[in-house]
Amino acid sequence: MDPMPKTLKALSWLTGALLIAALYMVWIYAPREAVMGDVQRVFYFHVAVGWVGMLAFLATAAAGVIYLLRGELRWDRLALSSVEIGVVFILVNIVTGSIWARAVWGTWWTWDPRLVTATIMELIYVAYLMLRQGIDDPNRRARFGAVYGIFGFISVPITFLSIRLLRTIHPVVFGGESTVDGSFNMEPEMLQAFMFSLLTFTFVFVTLLWHRFRLQTRTEQLEQRKMSALSE
Amino acid sequence: MFAIVWKDMAAELRSRELLGAMLVFALLVILIFNFALELSLRTMETVTAGVLWVTFTFAGTLGLNRSMSIEKDRGCLDGLLLAPVDRSALYFGKALGNLIFMFIVEAIVLPIFSMLYGVNLFNPMLLVVILLGSLGYVAVGTLLASMAVQARTRDVLLPILLFPIVLPIVVAAVKASNGILQGFAMAEIWPWLNIMIAYDVIFVAVAFMVFDYVVEE
Repeated sequence: MDPMPKTLKALSWLTGALLIAALYMVWIYAPREAVMGDVQRVFYFHVAVGWVGMLAFLATAAAGVIYLLRGELRWDRLALSSVEIGVVFILVNIVTGSIWARAVWGTWWTWDPRLVTATIMELIYVAYLMLRQGIDDPNRRARFGAVYGIFGFISVPITFLSIRLLRTIHPVVFGGESTVDGSFNMEPEMLQAFMFSLLTFTFVFVTLLWHRFRLQTRTEQLEQRKMSALSE
Repeated sequence: MFAIVWKDMAAELRSRELLGAMLVFALLVILIFNFALELSLRTMETVTAGVLWVTFTFAGTLGLNRSMSIEKDRGCLDGLLLAPVDRSALYFGKALGNLIFMFIVEAIVLPIFSMLYGVNLFNPMLLVVILLGSLGYVAVGTLLASMAVQARTRDVLLPILLFPIVLPIVVAAVKASNGILQGFAMAEIWPWLNIMIAYDVIFVAVAFMVFDYVVEE
């Protein structure tokens, strides 16, 4: 049993502190948005968790490619850990978006490109987890996971592009003059809070990923011991 | 590669179980849609493309699952893997076989659909869309089906794996078909065709690259 690395311990504390600071930035430091009111504050977390979700799925696809090239099971453990985090964060992303939409658009859900793409992405990675559940052989599970992770990651941008051709009402915060409901110009304090929130959640991602990766390693060690104990 | 296509065709010719099932299933889907949506001539115009593609997608899943589980069940896949050919030939052989089955089903469903609902579906552009759509669908489907049949939950797994990944091509195909059937200008249809072409190229290439890992023992 290897003890928790010092770096990880420090990282966990740092992430916790950052999270508290982020709460302060979002709730107190950032000014109240004039039109939408306090519900606009959901945006800081909404975008940040969405970003983490994407990052997680990118990490999965990358780990999948490396696994296929090298055949080392630890890359597969990384891919799995990353998918689980991504699924949770995209779910949070969808839920927070829904709360905001209820207040600003007046509906929990619309069939908007971004919303649909996020949902499809969520479904792809839930399917990924189901695929893994159905396979017992670890090497085969890793290979199939890698292949599906790569497929899923390629499919998502095309989905986005294809639905984007329809029409979007989702606000675009950066780049481009957007006139749809819910767009706003950011005050400097808002931008700072937003950037800080992005940074914080990136730390949250790395910390969780590391912990989850260690857990997965332990789980597999335990499996192996159980197998060898039973076969004696 | 052609030997595999030939083998699939010959087996099908003798048993006729796959095509028969796909066809009856496709007709049933159309029938259900008829009642579910209360299709009338007025609503038909806007939903034809959708109904058509849902039918192809569902019937295709049935075919893909069957085509791969035959290989798996009787140990044929292992036999094929032992053959001194490139693994990619296996993939393209199976994919081509599936594509041909899909085309046959489509070739029978289209005239029946035109007859039942009085819409003329024999538009050369529509055929191009169906060709592109089926190609992408089968390219992804063949690969995912060969993964799904090796899992414990294989019968329920394929649609769950397949549908979210093929969504972009189905969306593009429905939109393009709809545009063609409603007589939109080509300028409005091209973006959808471009997406389909891009999807086909990307996924055929990726599937070709990773197929080795899927069948490897």
